[in-house]
Amino acid sequence: MEKTLKKYFALFALPGVICFLLAFLIPMFMGVFLSFCEFRNLADVEWVGIKNYISAFTIDKNYTHALWFTVKFTVVTVISINVLSFSLALLLTKGLKGTNIFRTIFFMPNLIGGIVLGWIWQVIINGVLLNYGQTIVSDPKYGFWGLVILMNWQNVGYMMVIYIAAIQNIPTDMLEAAEIDGAGYFRTLFQIKIPAVMPSITICLFMTLTNGFKLFDQNLALTAGAPAKQTEMLALNIYNTFYGRIGFEGVGQAKAVMFTIMVAVIALLQLRLTRSKEIEH
Amino acid sequence: MKTTPRVFITVFLILISFVVLFPIIMVFINSFKGSLFISNAPFSMPVFEGNAASYVGLDNYFTGVKKINFFSAFGYSLWITVASVAGILIVSSMLAWYITRVKNKLNSIIYYCLVFSMIVPFQMVMFTVSKMANILHLDNPIGIIVIYIGFGCGMSTFMFAGFIKSIPLAMEEAAMIDGATPPQIFWHVIFPMLKSQAITIGILEIMWVWNDYLLPYLTIGTEYKTIPIAIQYLRGGYGAVDWGAMMAMLVLAMLPVIIFYMICQKHIIRGVLAGAVKG
Repeated sequence: MEKTLKKYFALFALPGVICFLLAFLIPMFMGVFLSFCEFRNLADVEWVGIKNYISAFTIDKNYTHALWFTVKFTVVTVISINVLSFSLALLLTKGLKGTNIFRTIFFMPNLIGGIVLGWIWQVIINGVLLNYGQTIVSDPKYGFWGLVILMNWQNVGYMMVIYIAAIQNIPTDMLEAAEIDGAGYFRTLFQIKIPAVMPSITICLFMTLTNGFKLFDQNLALTAGAPAKQTEMLALNIYNTFYGRIGFEGVGQAKAVMFTIMVAVIALLQLRLTRSKEIEH
Repeated sequence: MKTTPRVFITVFLILISFVVLFPIIMVFINSFKGSLFISNAPFSMPVFEGNAASYVGLDNYFTGVKKINFFSAFGYSLWITVASVAGILIVSSMLAWYITRVKNKLNSIIYYCLVFSMIVPFQMVMFTVSKMANILHLDNPIGIIVIYIGFGCGMSTFMFAGFIKSIPLAMEEAAMIDGATPPQIFWHVIFPMLKSQAITIGILEIMWVWNDYLLPYLTIGTEYKTIPIAIQYLRGGYGAVDWGAMMAMLVLAMLPVIIFYMICQKHIIRGVLAGAVKG
């Protein structure tokens, strides 16, 4: 079987491999190479070593600022999204009437694209701030909390669906045994339910973390970084470095490489961290 | 005793539902109001008569559709989504079958590269991909399908491969003994078994491609605008936004998504759960 199939590489594997090479792998290696070069287009490339990586931090303070803004945003949203979605999941697994309708409604915002979401929330937040004579771009903290609210609105339903499935999979005899032993609500929650859904918590933490870190569309549509790039997140900062002004493509590419490393490291760290916790329990 | 908290929880959940639906309802209501009334009084209902009449009927829809050429954007979005997702499903299911059944170094390298691509943010390759698309003449609504297949095949091959590993080899071997060639085995034995997987993966990819902004914007955006690109274009040069047209276009942009959700809700939720397992 394996021997015969082996000859069919060109038919089965090649289409995918070619697309993958063209759309991802070659651009990826080119990107890494170009991060060490000065260039405006691919015809005029000059090797400059690690200069771009230094420039990323020295040309202006925007990249460092975007990094902190993104970190703060990610920490806040990871916590709030997971707490809210887990709480809602607990409420929706009590066997109440209408549970399915609530689940359907809560999940819906997730399907709406980032650009559309950004504009929707811009109107709402500006509408609220109107009472105080402000707009979302008057102060970076409005943009920050606006993004946090938007992100929660979009992601809570999604994570909730995952938590609901996990809670429903907890063996009922485990919960019954706890009840017979006289364990209270919070004891059951912390010592049985949460450990039992730990794998889902791993997944949700991982997903909210990378979602927050990679956020772009919502950032672009909600504030586009205003005021004065104070609400610019990493992805948008990289985009603006590339396309905002000419001559900084190399710096943008260096920023993108560092961004990729950060995302990859976080992904691996987080996975390892929460996986080891699962074993302890 | 036990009924009081139950009623309380239900009331609470209804309140949350309202909070969740509020932005969508608000955009819908505002899409019938004049631009000035949207930015000055976004939370008020349209006024139909008198000096402060803010109701403009479908005017916003007409201006918006004309301004951003909505139906052409809808067409591009639909074509790119359908063609890309179909392409991703076919290409990656074949690739997944091949690399799980033929064990060698090259195939495991391909597999790990695909897994790696799942965590790389688009900003890493956005410049080089758009240049590449330009050089290879993939910067059109047909060429972009190739790019989407390349990007999408990481996750979908990974998910297909995970499932194919659980299919016993015996069936394929039996078919082979009966004289079936690998393409016949794939299309008649393997692919039918991947059906529910394909629906799940397809839904995840549809949600991604339909809403994607940056990739189409950088590769084909100046000539061919998908819905997110068209909406973003409503922002004028100096931040001036025609709020009336914007509200109407947001409604039109959300409508297909909500209809899709109503029809495929079960599959979508299942897709989310399956997609979550990949982490």
